[in-house]
Amino acid sequence: MIKILKAASTSTKLPLAILIALAFTLTLTLMASAQGPTPTDDEVNRIAKQLYCPVCESTPLDVCPTEACRQWRDLIRTQLAEGKTEEEIKQYFVEQYGARALADPPNRLASYLVPAIAILFGVLLLARGFQMWMKPSTTETNASDPRGEAKSVDPYVAKLEEELKKQK
Amino acid sequence: MIANFGFGVLVVSFLVTLYSVFAAIYGDRTKNAAMVESARRAMLLTWPLLTLTAGILIYLLVNNHYEVQFVYEVTSRSMPTYLKITAWWGGQSGSLLFWSWLMSAFASLVTLRKWDRDREFLPWVIVVACVTMAFFIGMNVFFENPFMQLYETFTGIQPATFQPADSVLFTPADGQGLNPLLRHPGMIIHPPMLYLGFVSFVIPYAFAMAALITGRTDDRWIRLTRRWTLWAWLFLSFGLVLGGRWAYDVLGWGGYWGWDPVEIAAFMPWLTGTAFLHSVMIQEKRGMLKHWNMILVILTYALVIFGTFLTRSGVLSSVHSFAQSAIGPLFFAFIGFTLITSAALIIYRWDRLKSETRMTSLLSREALFLLNNLLFMSILVVCFWGVIYPLVSELFTGQKVTVGPPFYERATSPLWASLLFLMGVAPLSAWGHSTVKTLGRAMWKPLVGAIVITAFIFATYTQKVGALIGFFIIALVLLVTVYEYWRGVNARQRSQGENIFTAFWNLTGRNRRRYGGYIIHISMMFMAIGIIGIEMFQSETQGTLAQGQSLNIAGYEVRYNEIASWDNMPAGVRYTRSSIDVYRDGEFLGELNPRIDYYFDSQQTMTIPGNRSTLKDDLYILLVDWEPVSSSGATFKIYVNPLVNWLWFGSLLFLVGIVIAAWPEKETERVAAKARVRATAKQPSAAD
Repeated sequence: MIKILKAASTSTKLPLAILIALAFTLTLTLMASAQGPTPTDDEVNRIAKQLYCPVCESTPLDVCPTEACRQWRDLIRTQLAEGKTEEEIKQYFVEQYGARALADPPNRLASYLVPAIAILFGVLLLARGFQMWMKPSTTETNASDPRGEAKSVDPYVAKLEEELKKQK
Repeated sequence: MIANFGFGVLVVSFLVTLYSVFAAIYGDRTKNAAMVESARRAMLLTWPLLTLTAGILIYLLVNNHYEVQFVYEVTSRSMPTYLKITAWWGGQSGSLLFWSWLMSAFASLVTLRKWDRDREFLPWVIVVACVTMAFFIGMNVFFENPFMQLYETFTGIQPATFQPADSVLFTPADGQGLNPLLRHPGMIIHPPMLYLGFVSFVIPYAFAMAALITGRTDDRWIRLTRRWTLWAWLFLSFGLVLGGRWAYDVLGWGGYWGWDPVEIAAFMPWLTGTAFLHSVMIQEKRGMLKHWNMILVILTYALVIFGTFLTRSGVLSSVHSFAQSAIGPLFFAFIGFTLITSAALIIYRWDRLKSETRMTSLLSREALFLLNNLLFMSILVVCFWGVIYPLVSELFTGQKVTVGPPFYERATSPLWASLLFLMGVAPLSAWGHSTVKTLGRAMWKPLVGAIVITAFIFATYTQKVGALIGFFIIALVLLVTVYEYWRGVNARQRSQGENIFTAFWNLTGRNRRRYGGYIIHISMMFMAIGIIGIEMFQSETQGTLAQGQSLNIAGYEVRYNEIASWDNMPAGVRYTRSSIDVYRDGEFLGELNPRIDYYFDSQQTMTIPGNRSTLKDDLYILLVDWEPVSSSGATFKIYVNPLVNWLWFGSLLFLVGIVIAAWPEKETERVAAKARVRATAKQPSAAD
């Protein structure tokens, strides 16, 4: 009796499995047709270039030879095929692996502000320095080079001084 | 046994450097010349001692002593002898020993010079050099012993300096082998050059500290170290160039500079060193900026240690992370110690460092050199911030970030452009006094020439604004420099009756520093052409090809023929080599063979590009992937890098320029020194 039931059960399972397989294949085919053409390597690399793998740090994803990075690139390809935009794909990687996946720090203001302030400080310091150095000094009314290395190169001034000497 | 002997010699070297420090201080304080001489001899002894230590390590490396942990980690039986020797600087502890060995060589060279006129500097130069050396040798003795051996204990295999109880020496059958990336010829020479640059910058710093301690703060220390600084700059520049070439040939990203933290670590002392080379001229010619020169040389030294710290500590991850360990805090402490001590000395001698003259014109050469310094410092600030920003971000926000090339390129491009523009203006301005009128009169001809050249480039090559600005500046600087040369040659032809070649040769020979500098400026422009080419006009594509299929890029047709894979067991490498035919306009240009090498010992691969190189562009092909079973399909990444060869050509000319500038010119130097002494005697001191 049990054998008969088992046989009946097996006989019903087989067509069911075939049906499921057919449905799955049909779904995949429909999905594939909805995805459109497979993205090219160049399209994948255009995005991969802007991403960094957390394992092989300091190596952009588009040139990293490791297996992990190859899988990441395949993931980009799949997402492109699904119709996701560049920003959506980058956002996906940030959500999965953190901000370090991006080539540029996300908080651009903070990353650029500090060097900008430091450079501005340097400019102000130099301007202040020039202001101090350029103050007229009683000991240096004739601002020629005391070591005799710099003479006025303006021929007009030189000629004028020569003529003034002659008039004396 | 021999490893223990090597460690023993290392310990003796450490003790000798410590003795040298204390003897020099004691000798100076007690005015005991014999003690100072003893310190000098002790310092001289460190070089033979460290040479012996290095010799022992090389013996162990070459003879496959895998019971020594360092030998096991960086060599294998399949490696050729020359690679086993260069593996000395291929790992953490060996490279620290290499640093100390080079430092001892430089320190010995310095102490062998005649010290008659500068006797008071000697003890303090010894102290600074030996403190630096003691720090690095100490790292080896206490934390990174290259002679540590492997022992088998009840708990497993463990490395130890001294044999643990109940253990036996363990000798593996083979080593792990050197990282394949480090087996490239460029990488064999690149670290020694960088290290030579690093250690030779210690010498100007040592003299600067000696000047501050002794109170002899005139420009004597600058004159004594000018040539050292130029040679240090040469080595560091050469090291950076070799690193770039290595990256281009081996790393397989189609570029030469990836703004990797460790690249930047070596680049930062170059920036301050270059600013220093310009700034010292102001002190020599005008007696100004003494404080600033001290600050620059201290910064350069601190950045040298910081650069070594970044590479060795593993605090930042990068392609160089093969060298990680836990010695970071000690480096950090040492940098802090040197910075605080140096700053305290500057404050102590602040009044003695005041300028002897005033600035008289905002367009004078010294003013433009100051602007140049500001730009170098600005680039340094960007680089420094870019390197530490990931740490700062993680520390304060807990967020890990990457600072990649886009940040550096955006932030430094305008600064580089301004710096190059200054190269065109500064040579035409006079020391002391220049006006808009005088400068305009000197500049108008090169300026018109540069505008005409830029218009021609606009009409024939590119309409990209950024590139056109770059080409305009390059044309201006080249024309100004050639114009300056022409004026000099012309003057010599008229006054001496020399032909053009003799006049050129003599002109350069009589003022090597100036005309060597001009050659450096010209070479920088060639390098800038290469950089603009690759940064703004690079094309790339990637595709999988079946045999006989082609890819087209920038006028080239690249046809895949076949791929072959074979093992070279004695070398321990599996080569996978593809064959590509290259055509342009239907004409066959040649065959390229991009390949992937797989190293059995380290289980790592190396991607070797196939490269067709001309002055116009490089066709650079990488084998990315292939089908090992059918050998019918392979994926290639192809770059066309316009003008990139100008970068390498410019780099070579750059080195020639430095050699010319650094070559001794005894006669001129003597005359200049006499003139300086006369001028200083006449010159009343002025407030800063």
